[in-house]
This record gives sequence, structure tokens and C-alpha cells, in this order.
Amino acid sequence: MEYEIVIGLEVHAELATNTKMFCSCRVVDSTQAEPNTTVCPVCAGMPGVLPVVNRQAVEYAMRVGLALGCTINNTSLFDRKNYFYPDLPKGYQISQYEHPIASDGLLVVDTSKGEKAIRIRRAHLEEDTGKLTHVVTDTENYSLVDLNRCGVPLLEIVTEPDIHSIEEARAYATTLRGILRALGVNSGDMEKGVIRFEANVSVREAGTDVLNNRVEIKNLNSFRAMERGLAYEIDRQIKIMESGGTVSQETMGWDDTNNCTYTQRSKEDAHDYRYFPEPDLPPLVVDADWVHRVQSTLPELPRARAQRYQNNFNLTAADATLLAADITVAQYFENTLAAAKDVPGKTVAAWILGEVYAYLNRTGEAFESLRVTPAILADLLIRLTKGEVNAATAKVILATLLEKGGSAGEIIKEKGLQQTSDPGQIAALVAKAIQDNPGELESYRNGKETVANWFFGQVMRMAGGKANPQVVREELARQLKK
Amino acid sequence: MNRLTDLTVTEAMHALNAGECSSLELTRAILERIDALEPSVLAFLTRTPELALQQAQTADEKRKELKRNGSAIPRLLGLPIAVKDVLTVEGIRCTCGSKILENFVPVHTATCVHKLQEAGVVILGKTNTDEFAMGSSTENSAYFTTRNPWDLERVPGGSSGGSAAAVAARFTPAALGTDTGGSVRQPASFCGVTGIKPTYGRVSRYGLIAYGSSLDSAGVLTRTVEDAALIFEVMAGYDPRDATTMDVPVPQIQLDSRTDLRGLRIGVPKEYFIKGIQPEVEQTVRAAIARFAEMGAEIKEVCLPHTEYALPVYYLIAPAEASANLARYDGIRFGLRVPTESNIEMFKKSRGAGFGSEVKRRIMLGTYALSAGYYDAYYGQAQKVRTLIKQDFEKVFESVDMIAAPIAPTTAFKRGVHTEDPLAMYLEDVFTLPANLAGVPGLAFCCGFDSQNMPVGMQLMGPHFKEDALFKAGHAYQQVTDWHRKSPTL
Repeated sequence: MEYEIVIGLEVHAELATNTKMFCSCRVVDSTQAEPNTTVCPVCAGMPGVLPVVNRQAVEYAMRVGLALGCTINNTSLFDRKNYFYPDLPKGYQISQYEHPIASDGLLVVDTSKGEKAIRIRRAHLEEDTGKLTHVVTDTENYSLVDLNRCGVPLLEIVTEPDIHSIEEARAYATTLRGILRALGVNSGDMEKGVIRFEANVSVREAGTDVLNNRVEIKNLNSFRAMERGLAYEIDRQIKIMESGGTVSQETMGWDDTNNCTYTQRSKEDAHDYRYFPEPDLPPLVVDADWVHRVQSTLPELPRARAQRYQNNFNLTAADATLLAADITVAQYFENTLAAAKDVPGKTVAAWILGEVYAYLNRTGEAFESLRVTPAILADLLIRLTKGEVNAATAKVILATLLEKGGSAGEIIKEKGLQQTSDPGQIAALVAKAIQDNPGELESYRNGKETVANWFFGQVMRMAGGKANPQVVREELARQLKK
Repeated sequence: MNRLTDLTVTEAMHALNAGECSSLELTRAILERIDALEPSVLAFLTRTPELALQQAQTADEKRKELKRNGSAIPRLLGLPIAVKDVLTVEGIRCTCGSKILENFVPVHTATCVHKLQEAGVVILGKTNTDEFAMGSSTENSAYFTTRNPWDLERVPGGSSGGSAAAVAARFTPAALGTDTGGSVRQPASFCGVTGIKPTYGRVSRYGLIAYGSSLDSAGVLTRTVEDAALIFEVMAGYDPRDATTMDVPVPQIQLDSRTDLRGLRIGVPKEYFIKGIQPEVEQTVRAAIARFAEMGAEIKEVCLPHTEYALPVYYLIAPAEASANLARYDGIRFGLRVPTESNIEMFKKSRGAGFGSEVKRRIMLGTYALSAGYYDAYYGQAQKVRTLIKQDFEKVFESVDMIAAPIAPTTAFKRGVHTEDPLAMYLEDVFTLPANLAGVPGLAFCCGFDSQNMPVGMQLMGPHFKEDALFKAGHAYQQVTDWHRKSPTL
């Protein structure tokens, strides 16, 4: 039987605001900071404290909502989501339930089968929880609570069940990450847990529109985990269906170490979160002016950027998309371009997507940590364009720059890689090559024109690769015809 | 000059400003009285005499210095006050009348307390309350029941019973209270003192340990309306830490000796004079209303048709909010912890041991009202009816300036009579709950005594943010009567 996969994704994105969602504690890197160092009575849930909404978080949520083509709701409401857990100091999470800040958007992503539009159901504001560390030793068994992350603004972005393959899920997740980074609201740093996924997955017979029981997978904290979790769960559900069984509705967790899902809660044990409107916060009202202001200051988003690259620099769609997908890469490209006077965009793109990417892929280094700044790369490409070095030499220079840093000028000087275009010098070399190889000259004169290429190789070898190939070819043609 | 302990806030400030006494003398006199009589009244959960003396001394020094420089003297400099034990004061234990917070020392001060501190008050201690302000008699305090200074066999009302008793017993000229369903006004009535429950959103709730967040208001109990107005003015105002406070200017309340109330329209709701009300309460309140008429006020019968639903609505909304508000008492970061093997077990054991039965009852009620499948029928429905109750008031305030009504169906009852019957206890609040549900202000004051010589109180309720009108009317009444000057014999 053919199966169709139905996936809805929930993305929890921390908002990189200065302070927390409901108090003035600074938002810090909770994977680095000393535990419980950015905590106040409000985020620690002390008795008698009250939340106050962070305006910047609202604005960031609006940016994302608008970038995803959502309607920004003039009035949204905060609610309390009630459950007990040691990382949740108040015993409830302030979230938005029935009236989120943004709803009904659309995200178009590229897949191998072309464009795919995924509807966004909603995006709502909430607060992150703290972190627990369970300590088990021979003699002791206890949990430590760190509240640094507690109260950090989160935006939960929920799709409709429009995703029908793991590839689409990945495309959605990476595209969304690119947008969040372009908007400056999230670092996209997956290792730090600033983006986390939850997936709702069901499987049905292809061509039907039945809605089978869905399984919610939590704890998908990386792209890899999301893909593996989905793959595992889809496989599990298909096996159940093939053996004539029924998938039961439940909440599962992804075990990243053992690569499997495990049951967290069955439908019967599902939490009743007893949502109700947060009485400590009046309705969140954003007026049309504010929405306009945010809309008009939205930065260029990856898709538009890719289109512009295609139009302005004559790049292929694939190259343009690659360069535009991530704001760091795009800025690198544009900064290099700005510094590289008279170097065509296509050349800059080719070098970044070719040499630079190859290096990063080989070493696993991050783009952010490149030793070669846009100015350094631009300098090299200018030298190349001017003919000061040839392409082969430029590649050698760039490889050194990527490995060790420095500047093209230094390396050229150090290694004597200056290309020669001096006609007299090149003419002498060509003359010597012809004089030393009368046999080959004979063949050439007898009509074997490919021998010209052999002579070219000879001259280049004699020049140690530093001769300007264009000048060599011209001089060879001239002398051979004599 | 009166005995120091008999001074009202206004009198005390006059005496202090005139140099007739020092804050230290005043505070000492009060502490001596508390020492002597507290064992029979039991108004305080925590007393801070050393701190009070130190603050009094500082206030005296500051007064001297300011005088020398010719600077303005803060409005309440050197005035001793007591604070209900659900309002936080940094560094002073705050129990909420609960075992779960027996050793809890807050690191933050409630905004309203902070404003009073800025104005120069001296803090005597924290007064008794029903656990988490849930009750009408202080019998739900996990520690002890406060006695009514008028009759030690009777309760002082609640939940701000410790504050009301302290003011009545001349332990303090003023005590802060909170009112979620009548918890300032009902004990004021039972103890024969004055109390203001401000408009919801008028006084910051920051530092008020939440019971029913959409209903909780911080207020004050004093012996006179004039005093309540003075303290209210200092406490009130927008607070950036409380998103539910309104940015409405706090009026400078000008009270004078005029007793002419011509032009004032007072509504008397027929729904507040129902069967079951103690006849002497009705007679006394009606007599007081007649007094207002004599002073020139126009009295009109008005209709608040949804009054009878206030009780069920309140007992869905307040417990629902409480069920979430009290979830933070889990034994992790503060408060009582019963150690066990697993986290969730620890929550259960700690909460089981730390909360009293009324608190548990309301948490369960509220949890149920919010549960899937019941939400619409209970919490959702209650919110709709709450809107109707609000609209009742809005409609009435189109034709009258304020409403006059009894506060409680009875005068103070004896300890123990309602403890076995929570519903009878809940009925004590029928006349006070509507103001909380509607968010309107209510001013309570004494308007007579019953045949047992127990005080009878009445309340004036006004439109949102019209506390000043209530103070003016109440002050005028106290100009022509002397109920508020009567004091219990201890």
C-alpha cells in the first residue's frame, strides 16, 4: 500500500530580546551562564509578584508574524497553562491560547519537487521554563534547578498539517530558521537550544483524506533529531498499519541517544492544562500604527534576496538561494561584493559557493569563524580580475588564507606568486620553448594544431605557473605562425 | 491631647508635626499597649518592635533634620502602622496565615507598603489573616483566631481580621488590609472601624500575595474616614510593576467640615435587604441612610438585579484563580518542603502538609471549575454573569452617585459557629462580593451598634475611581455622628 505522511510542526523559537518576557532580568546564554544568576522575584515565581509584558518581545513576535504573512491580531490574550513541574516556578506557564498575536500565514519553501506552500496556523508568545539537571550518584539522587532560562520569551509557530515528507519538514525548518535569523530575533544557534521542534505525525493511505490518530513527538532539539524522529515515527506507524493495527493517539518523546521515540503520555493521561485568561495581564493591544511601523522596517527576507541576486548578478536560482538563505552568508557575499570593485557578482558568488564552502564542508568550521573576511576575499578577487594572479594561483592563495589567515598580498609576496604579464619575459620563454623542441614545432607545422596546447603547458611550467595564461597564448600563437 | 494610643492618623500626624510628641514616644506607647493586650486580642502573626523603635528613631532624626533645612516633611513621617500578613515587606516574615509559608522571608516589598515607607511610616508588624485571605473570621488562619476587641468570644471578621482588631484595640492608628470578596469591609464592620476597598486597578497589587487576582485589592483600615483617605492617597497610583493598575491621576482628597450633602444622590439597592439579614443590622443601616437624607442627600431605591448570583460567581472565579495562584507553593524555592524520593511526590506531600482545609477546598473547587469539559459551564459562565453584575452597577450609577448598603447580614458572630458549615460562612460575604466582581470601590464605616453592643457597619459603593466622593460622604457622616469614636473596653 502507498502511504501519505501528514505532519504539522510546532517551532519554539526563543526571542533574542534584551530582557525576559515578563521581568527585567537580562536574557543570557543559559548554556554558559552560572546557574541562577539572572533571576528575580518575578521569574522565580515568588509570592506576590506580577508579570509585565516585554514590548520588545511583542515587536519581535510581530516581525515574525508579518514575515510569515500572518494577520497580526489587534487584540490578543495571555492565558495560564497550568501544570506542575520543578522547572516551572509558578506552576503555570503564561502563554497565549485562544487569541494568539499572529495567525493565518504562509511560508513557501523549496524542495526537490519545486516550491511548496505551508500554511502557518498561528504564532503565539509565551515564556520559557527553567532547566533541570538530575544528579544520580551511588549515594545521592537529586535534581538541580537553574532558572536563568526561565521567563525567556518564546514564540511558538504552528503549521497546519501541510507537510507530507521529511524533506518538506527539513525545508520548512531551515527556511524558517533563515527568516528568524534575517529578522534578527533569534540566533538560530541550535546547540544552544534557541530553536526546538515538536511534530504531530500521522500516516494514511495515499489518496485518501482520512485523519488517523496522530502522535505528538516532543524533545526534537536539532534538525537531525527532527528528521530522525520523524523517520522513526513514520516507520513505526506504517509498520503498525501494515500489520493491521491502529496507531494510538499519544505524546512521545524523542530519545536522541538511543534514536527512538518513547511514550510519554497516552491520550487518557493527557494533561488537562486548565487554560484560563491570565488575570494579571490586560489584553495585549497592538494598534495599526505599530503594525505598520514594524512592517515598514522589516529587513529583506531570504526569498526576496535570492530573487534580487538572481536578477542583479545573473546567478542560477540554486546559487542565489544558497547565498541568500542565511543572513551571515548573504551579508558576507554582499560585503565582499561591495569591497570588490569591478569584480562581477557571479565571480564573487562562485568563489564563496566553491572554494569557501568546500573548505567549510571539509573542516566543519562555522561560517562565523572564517579567517577570511569579506575585505580579504575582495582583495584577492580584485587581484585575480586584474590578472595579477591567475585562477589556479588564487585558489592556492585562498586555501592558505582559509587555513592560516593573513592577506593575499602577504602570501603572494612570501611565496613569489606574482603573475607575470610582461610581454618581453613571456616572449623569451615562448621563444626558448620553440627553440628547444624542434620536433614538436615540426608536427605543429605539419598541421597537428593540438601541439599548441603542449607548448602552452611547457611555457607555463617554465614560468612556474605565474605567467598570465592569456598573454602566453597570444604570444605562442604569434611565434608559431612565424 | 488624647492618650497617645487613642490618636487617629490625622491626630497623630498633627501631634508629631507640632512637636507634641515624638515618633519614638508614640511608638513606645503603642508597643506597650500591644504587649499588655495582644495576648487577649491576638491580632499579630509577627511583631517587629525593635525594627519599629529603630524606624521611629530614624523618623524623629529625619524630622529634625528636615525642619532644620526647612524641607517638606513626608506626609506620614513617624506614623506607626500594621500590615496584613499577605502584603510583603522585605526582610519581614510573611506567612499569609499559612503553615506553607511559616518561615518565608520575602526579598521584595509590596508597592503600596513601599509608598507608605517613602512617606515615612513605622512598621509594627504583620497582622493575622485567614490562610491566603480565604475566610471571613480569621478562623482559617493556620496559627490562631484573632479576637474581636468588642467581645473576645466573637470573631473580628476576615480575612483582614488582625488588621481590623488591631485598629479597634488601639494597637495602631492604621493597618493595611486586602479585600478580595469583602476582606477589608467585613472586618471593619465587625470591629467598628473604617475601611476602604479601592477601585480595582487603583492600588498596585505588586507584593500582595495573590488569592483571586482579578478581585484582590489592597486597602486600609483606620478609625476615621479622614484617615483612610489620607493613607489611600499615599498608597494609590499607577505602578509599572502591575499591568492591571490604571494610569488615572490620584485626586487630592480635600475633606472639610461641611455636612451639607444636597445634590448627592444615594441609591439603596433592595437586593441588599433580604430575608435572613439580622433585623438590627437592617434597622441600623436604614437609620444611617435616613441620616444621610437629613444631611440633604437624595435617597433613591435602586435595583441590582444580578446580586443573588454574586456568591456562586465569586466562588467559581476566585477559587479558579486561586488554584493557579497557589500552584507555586511546591516546596522547591521557598516555604515548607516535605522531602521525598521524587519531585512530584514532594509537591504533593508539601502541599498536603502546608495548606489548611479551606485552602484545599478552594483549590479543588477552582481546579474543577477550570477542567476540560466543565470550563464553559462553570468558569466561562461565571465570567459572563460577572459582566452582568458589572453592568448592574454601571446602570445604577447613571442615576445615582453612590450606593449605600449593609456590609454583612449579621454583626460579629461567635467563634466556632460557622466553622463546620463553609456555606454559612460564605453567606457572610453576600453584600461585599459584588463590589469586587464589578471592581468598584467600597468604603465601610460604623453606623451603630446592636443590642449586644456589637458594631454595625455600612458601606458606600461608587463608580470606578470615585473614591473621593465616597470619602467626602463618609467624612460628612462622621462629622455628625460619633460611632467611629467609640472604643471597646479591653
